[in-house]
Amino acid sequence: MKYFLFLIALVWYAGICPAQDFPSPMQPRRIVNDFTQLLSRQEQERLEEKLRHFNDTTSTQIAVVTVSALHGYDPNDYAQRLAEKWGIGQKGKDNGILVLVKPKSRNENGQVAIAVGYGLEGAVPDAVASRIIRNEIIPEFQNDRYYEGLNKATDVLMKLTSGEYSAEEYAEDDSTGYAVAALFLLFLLLFLVGSLFKSKGSGPRSGSGSSHRQAGPFIFWGGLGGGLGGSSGGSGFGGFGGFGGGSFGGGGASGSW
Amino acid sequence: MKKGYIVLIVIAVLILSIFLWFKGSYNGMVQMSENVSEQWSNVENQYQRRLDLIPNLVNTVKGYASHEEKTLTDVVNARAKATQTQISFDNLNEATMKKLNQTQGELSSALSRLMAISESYPDLKANQNFLELQAQLEGTENRIAVERRKFNEVVKTYNADIRKFPRNIVAGMFGFTPKPYFEAASGAENAPKVEF
Repeated sequence: MKYFLFLIALVWYAGICPAQDFPSPMQPRRIVNDFTQLLSRQEQERLEEKLRHFNDTTSTQIAVVTVSALHGYDPNDYAQRLAEKWGIGQKGKDNGILVLVKPKSRNENGQVAIAVGYGLEGAVPDAVASRIIRNEIIPEFQNDRYYEGLNKATDVLMKLTSGEYSAEEYAEDDSTGYAVAALFLLFLLLFLVGSLFKSKGSGPRSGSGSSHRQAGPFIFWGGLGGGLGGSSGGSGFGGFGGFGGGSFGGGGASGSW
Repeated sequence: MKKGYIVLIVIAVLILSIFLWFKGSYNGMVQMSENVSEQWSNVENQYQRRLDLIPNLVNTVKGYASHEEKTLTDVVNARAKATQTQISFDNLNEATMKKLNQTQGELSSALSRLMAISESYPDLKANQNFLELQAQLEGTENRIAVERRKFNEVVKTYNADIRKFPRNIVAGMFGFTPKPYFEAASGAENAPKVEF
């Protein structure tokens, strides 16, 4: 009898095994699920903070997930199934987006896919998703700048889904002029903030782990770190409430590098 | 006298419960059949979306690869055939499903040949319009695969329900027939890979 039960358990386990192709969301719940440690701890937190805040204000959920293998699925297919399984976005609104990354390995290309929920297919059509992958993600990923690629892509997705600009505007946007000006302003601002904190004597942040950054950005992140540290104490965000059961119809695009 | 009342009440209760059971089963089946029909139109919409995309795609490719006459006409012909085989939900059965699978499958393979030859035209591959169309086609193939999968899921629940005893009696009385599945083997279940 015991053996029989054991056998049943085994068969049952084998039956659900295909589900192992798709991981469960991390606990505690997060919107950035970096299963492959593609990003550093700080980068994960920065992205998490940004996307969580966007979720809190707009209820649109843009999840970032990295996985080590696609188990033979097409990237788009895998992204759709995973997003549907997790239920990214709110039920009824279907306002979820999944940015899925399978990092490059020794003998396999890296794959990236954006799955767009039913409710956002108008805001982010396939052609635009494909353009985001080609213009924002791949160029950065090719230089191993994963955070930058994901950061830029999620920025564009946030603007598209919040209606800050339309898909047509993004398509027409030459993207260089805009981006350079915005970056310059941001840099100036952060530089000022950074030097403010420096002068207040928040202490030199020697070797804060950003070994591959140049001198400019180094000050930049130092300042940002100090600023965020101060504000996050007071803001008191609740944890991420989890995914809301959104549904996906296969919209989106994929690319590889 | 008293006995007569009891018998009457028992009969009334019996009739009422049989009626309620019929009503429940019947309405449940109507609801489920409605779900299947709705999902079927989702599948059809995505097929239609692919059909709508093709003229534009063919014209764009023609501009760069006009001497790939055969591949282009194959796509146009397959599209014409697929346009003719539209199946309304009421006519959906094993035979019509098979026909649909065949025509849409032919279109899929003609399209993937078209995308394959575009590999050898660098100018075409750099064309912004072509890139957008390619992304749209890829997205549509995914949507078709997803909607087909969802269709199979609702059909599975529906078929299981109307075949179970004793509900199959109700199903037989009111003409609820099992609906066919999409076969995974026909190729569109795993969206064809459109290589860049």
